[in-house]
Formats: sequence, C-alpha cells, structure tokens
Amino acid sequence: MKHLLSIDDLSVDQIQEIFATAGDMHDVQHRSVKKLPALRGRTVVNMFFEDSTRTRSSFEIAGKWLSADVINISAKGSSTSKGESLRDTVLTVCAMGVDGLVVRHPASGAAQQVAGWVDASVVNAGDGMHEHPTQALLDAYTLQRRLGSLEGKHVAIIGDLTHSRVFRSNVQCLTKLGAEVTVVAPPTLMPSGVGPWSESAGFATSYDVDEVLPHADAVMMLRVQRERMSGGYFPTAREYTVGYGLTRDRLATLHPDVPICHPGPMNRGLEIAADAADAAQSAILDQVSAGLAVRMAVLYHLLAGEESSA
Amino acid sequence: MTDAPTAGSPEAAPRTVLDARDVSRALTRISHEILERNRVTSDLVLLGLQTRGVPLARRIAERIAAVEGVEVAVGELDVTLYRDDLRSQPTRPSHRTEIPATGIDGKVVVLVDDVLFSGRTIRAALDALADLGRPAAVRLAVLVDRGHRELPIRADHVGKNLPSARSERVSVRVEEIDGDDEVTIS
Repeated sequence: MKHLLSIDDLSVDQIQEIFATAGDMHDVQHRSVKKLPALRGRTVVNMFFEDSTRTRSSFEIAGKWLSADVINISAKGSSTSKGESLRDTVLTVCAMGVDGLVVRHPASGAAQQVAGWVDASVVNAGDGMHEHPTQALLDAYTLQRRLGSLEGKHVAIIGDLTHSRVFRSNVQCLTKLGAEVTVVAPPTLMPSGVGPWSESAGFATSYDVDEVLPHADAVMMLRVQRERMSGGYFPTAREYTVGYGLTRDRLATLHPDVPICHPGPMNRGLEIAADAADAAQSAILDQVSAGLAVRMAVLYHLLAGEESSA
Repeated sequence: MTDAPTAGSPEAAPRTVLDARDVSRALTRISHEILERNRVTSDLVLLGLQTRGVPLARRIAERIAAVEGVEVAVGELDVTLYRDDLRSQPTRPSHRTEIPATGIDGKVVVLVDDVLFSGRTIRAALDALADLGRPAAVRLAVLVDRGHRELPIRADHVGKNLPSARSERVSVRVEEIDGDDEVTIS
C-alpha cells in the first residue's frame, strides 16, 4: 500500500488488517508511555488547505505517538495565501525529504493529484465533497467493535448527503464489509445520480427517517454543512430538525444497544439532539479515540515498511 | 520459523532435534528452574513473545500450577513495532500485546520465546517492556538457543543449546499453532 486516497483502493482483507493493527494501537492510548518507535526517522507533513481541528490533531498525535516527526502546514499563513500553486507548495515541501503527506483540500480529487506529483505516501484526509477514507475506516472500526461484525447489520446514514464526503466513503466501506446501508436525506440534499450508484453499490435510499430507524442496528448522523450551502436546501433549521434530526422522540424509539455515530463537529439541536449526543449508546467519543488508532494503523501500514514495498 | 521443509535435495531434509517428549521435558525443566529462582510466585509474570512464545509461556504456567498449586500471571508481547528492521522489510502486521491486569511494575518478568538467535527480538522486547512499566527484573527463557548472537544478550533458562550454522534453519512447531510439537534443523 503506497497511498490511501479512496476506500475503493482497499480490499476487505486490507481493511481488516488495518483494523487489527488499530486494535493494538488502541491499547497504546491506555499506557503511561504513549509512544511506539515504529516510524522513528520518518517525517510526516499534515497539509490542511481547509479548516479542521479533529482530523488534523488526530493525524498529528497519531504520527507523534509512532515517533515520526510531524509538522503542520495550513493554507492560512502558508505560501498558498501568497498565490503559490498547490503543485509548487507540495513539491517544495517534498524536496525537504518528506516520507508522508496528509492532505486535506476543498477540491475533490486534490489528494489524487498530489499523489501523482510526489514520491511520498499520500493520505487523503478529505477532498472536497469526494472522499474521507480514514473517517470511513474509523466509523466502520467503531461499529465493528460495538456490533461484533458488520456482516448483515443495517446501518442508517442520515443527513446532508449532497455535501458529505463522509457518506461517500462510508457507503463504500460499510457495504464492502457486508453491512446493509440505507441513506436518508430530504430530497433537496439527496445527491443527483445517487439512484444508479445505489443500484450498483447495493445500498438503499429513503426520504423517511421514521420508516428506517426501527430497523437500524446502527445510526450515523451527518452534519448539516451550512458552510457548503448557498441556501435553499431546506426552509428553516426547525423544519430540518422535525423532518430529519435525531430528536429526543426519535431517540426513544431506538433500541438502547443501537450505537449513534456522528463524524463531528455536531450542530447540537439541529441534526442531533443533545440527549442523543450524550446518550449512553452514543459512540461519538469512541469514534474520536478510534480515529486516532485507525490513523496510527494507516500511517504504520503506509510508512513503516521498506520503500519499495508499494 | 515454520517454513515447509524443502523437498528434493537430501541435504535439505529436516533433522528432528527435539520431538514432542523432548519439548515436554525441556519445558518441565525450565518451569522448575524458574520456580527455584523465584520463591515468591506472586511476583512472577510470564510474557510469551508472539507468536510461538505465547503457547510455551502458557504451558510453563500450567506446569508451575501443577507443581506449586498457584496461578502465575501470563501475558502476550508483540515486539513488531519495536523492531529495528521495520524499514528493510515489507510492513509486518502486528499481533496482540496483552499484559496481565496486575501489570509488570515491580514484578519479575520472564520473557518466553521459542528460538534465541541474533538477540534482536529480545532487544525489541526489552524496549517494549520499558514502555509498559518497570519490572524488578527481566529474565529470558527459550526453548532453543541456536547461537549467532549480534547483541550482548543471553538466556537464563534454555531448553536445548543447539549449535547451528548460520545458513541452517531451525523450525519450531507447537501443538497449539502447528498441530504437533517438534524442533527441526535443515
């Protein structure tokens, strides 16, 4: 494995191998010395051309706990704000002898392009509305730990699908691992072209949350991405909550063993009620610690072996 | 360690150096040696090195239980992430590390492995132990010591010293993983 750009690049065996490694990495979080020497002497650069707190800090801690040297570059304050092209910025950084690049960019396909320019291993940490493979891996890993196996389990993904890269990666990952997936959104936030894709990828679509929830073994709420919307997708926030939010009433209809996931950051009171976010069955904080373990596992698999092992 | 014997040339035919009874006897002797050196078994932790050291550590614990009537804490240690050759080989999958709930602080830790060769695995294990706690003492028990050390490391308890050429392969089979107990050289 040279790069991680899309869930599509991974076989089921590779995904399970990452999960097995993540299991070991998870244990490190409970140790007094949270450090493994596996990536000693390797340099990882987090290039975030879009704001992010949890993904960037998760990758930063993951790299540091594996003993890699980690630096962060953000668009603000970097030479891109002076007009340098992405290609020049990336090539300049790689000329410093970098082994791994973690790239987040608002343009779909950016990580793929970067991977074509450099020798370093590239991890896609979210590209526009396209993919977010480590998020999908950590979600599936969290659910697999909670549910035992994903085979035949029914996962409902609810919310703003149009603007969600998390949904795109998650559908691929969960169906690959044998889960049945139903995606739910208001008609205005259901991506165009989802019909043919759902048929080929084998997932279901619905506009009705209350019809899907009683059959779900796991619920994944998506953030309403107000910053990506130019308006007009739904009349008011209140109306969205009534139609598609995981409200206190809907929470009461869920079995107490059904895990509730949210990739964060949450709009409490909009797509998810505080009661649901803080419920005993909420897996949201599990997702954060799983994210660290999964990112450690990904960096280990990309960077620990010999360079020609790609 | 478990490579299938190469068929064909007669020189390559593996020679059995320890059969199942020899392995059993060696483990019994190691168990007694460990007991003699550690009168207080509550301070003892056996850590099997992944993968074949783990069943060996469990068997030693069973023998100690049979002799002393006490349960000795057993754990599993994977040193993949501490190896110094990670970069010269394709990425290896790591295995489970499981330390007994009592921890290893202040305990006498006996590392258990199948073969002692260059000593680099044990070096990695000592690094891993340092991250997991501070044992009072660390000892090493191996089923086979085949020599060719590259580091100043020696075993405290040895099932069999096996002089070997560097080019030879020593293979250990254990029942829990391979279906039978045997040590061969080829």
